[in-house]
Amino acid sequence: MFSTLIDQFWSLTLSGIALGFIYVLISLGYTMVYGVLRMINFANSEIFMFGTFATIVISRDFLGNVDGTKSLPLPKLILTITLCLLGSMLVSGLVAVFVELVAYRRLRARGTNKLATLISAIGISIVLSEFMRIITNSRPTLNPRVLEKKSLFEIAGASFRMDTVLTIIFAAVLFVVLDRFVKFSRLGRAIRAVSMNEDASKLMGVDLNKVISATFLIGGLMSGAAAFFYTLTYENTKFNVGFTLGLAAFTAAVIGGIGNIRGAFFGGLSLGLVEVYASSILGTEWKSVTVFIILVLVLVLKPNGIFGEAVQQTRA
Amino acid sequence: MRLEIKDLRVHYGKIEAIKGVSVVVNQGEIVTLIGANGAGKTTMLKTISGLRPVTSGQILFDGEDISKVPAHKRVDLGLSQAPEGRGIFPGMTVLENLEMGKYNRKNRRAEMHEDLEMVYHLFPRLKERTSQSGGTLSGGEQQMLSIGRALMARPKVLLLDEPSMGLAPQMIANIFRIITEINKQGVTILLVEQNAQQALQRAHRAYVLEIGKVVKEAKASDLLNDPAVRAAYLGTGAH
Repeated sequence: MFSTLIDQFWSLTLSGIALGFIYVLISLGYTMVYGVLRMINFANSEIFMFGTFATIVISRDFLGNVDGTKSLPLPKLILTITLCLLGSMLVSGLVAVFVELVAYRRLRARGTNKLATLISAIGISIVLSEFMRIITNSRPTLNPRVLEKKSLFEIAGASFRMDTVLTIIFAAVLFVVLDRFVKFSRLGRAIRAVSMNEDASKLMGVDLNKVISATFLIGGLMSGAAAFFYTLTYENTKFNVGFTLGLAAFTAAVIGGIGNIRGAFFGGLSLGLVEVYASSILGTEWKSVTVFIILVLVLVLKPNGIFGEAVQQTRA
Repeated sequence: MRLEIKDLRVHYGKIEAIKGVSVVVNQGEIVTLIGANGAGKTTMLKTISGLRPVTSGQILFDGEDISKVPAHKRVDLGLSQAPEGRGIFPGMTVLENLEMGKYNRKNRRAEMHEDLEMVYHLFPRLKERTSQSGGTLSGGEQQMLSIGRALMARPKVLLLDEPSMGLAPQMIANIFRIITEINKQGVTILLVEQNAQQALQRAHRAYVLEIGKVVKEAKASDLLNDPAVRAAYLGTGAH
């Protein structure tokens, strides 16, 4: 039962980290919005989903990568990766800002209760995914291969595949950039200030609506990047792709302690690893069961998530 | 710079918390609003700084009605508040908190050093704690940080909401001494206090607020000797 895990431990670990980073990026969307609004943005999974389609449209339709039988020549490959990554981030970012404008802002201005916002979140989420279901006829959309999944090199029997390496490096860089941005930039500080004390932030001259829009934009950019890496690796998408991934990323955010950026990092990576290890031991079909059992256990033992105390402190 | 509140009314839902209050704060004054819990003191300050919407009435700042200006823009006009419960950012360092006080200033980079020095001069304790996170400060230090942060915006009028709350007597005396010092540097101050003794000793004029209405308005020193005020707010009765 454990033989696969032992034999392929390092390979599994590597793909677990890559998957984990995809979760990290999506869970940033949940966690940042929660930080400033104390609200779960259920539409984040659809924001991600739009990114996966953006990637395919740019690669397949704009750049004409339709062959899919072999890897692209290097210059075209670099162009494709750059444009798809930026395009996917941009589309998801804009969808996120749009969601905030139409589904949340007016409710917030009227001071409605959290339940109304929650229902609005679920509503806009359904609108977005059903919209995509209609234009794709409920069918999965393939992304013709742009990157051959060959091994770059091997260390300790673990093959470092091109897509895995790309995902890990780019996602890690994005995470560090975001973390620094939130810590040191003027806007990043405003985001933190609002998440700690909304009224005091206004007294400092922080325009709440601007900060909230920016937070949705940043969360969307991260989910869009995740969408690109996901599409690069799995090479297809569907109108409901966000559901499972979004739920897993949300779980990661909660495990890490929602509202906490570094919590999202550790939550996402641990979830990615656990998922991969559990699949190899119990079989893929038990993947989700394991993930959610872990979520329940974490919530029972540490209701605020692993970094929950830090979150409490930053909010006090 | 004159702050004038005219016939202000404020509601929480259907409940009227401020029932037609008029208050004047002249340039260079310390004016205090005293009153019991629930008299509407904090609501007054929150409304002046824009955190609560006005039902009716005017807030004239230098002659201009600012009652419709959003809260985050009032600080640009020269109105700063050290809010109730201090409202510091617990996960930020002392320095970051102070820098937030300048969030919207046009010349914030140029002024930063000078103003930090000014705040550290008033509150030397903050300088020692500069890289410590706000949440780990003592109550008195948090109050210093809250006032210091408000000063970073170079306010013309400073609104202080119960600066003595939860502090030890010695710290209270210290804070009030510094409030007087800030005033002497030319900052007009509107001070809300439950600690009427200290507030009346430091202020020029005072208003007594009871359930959303001004019931008395006088020179602070007169109120200090007013038997009714002594009985109600100074806990000593007439002597």
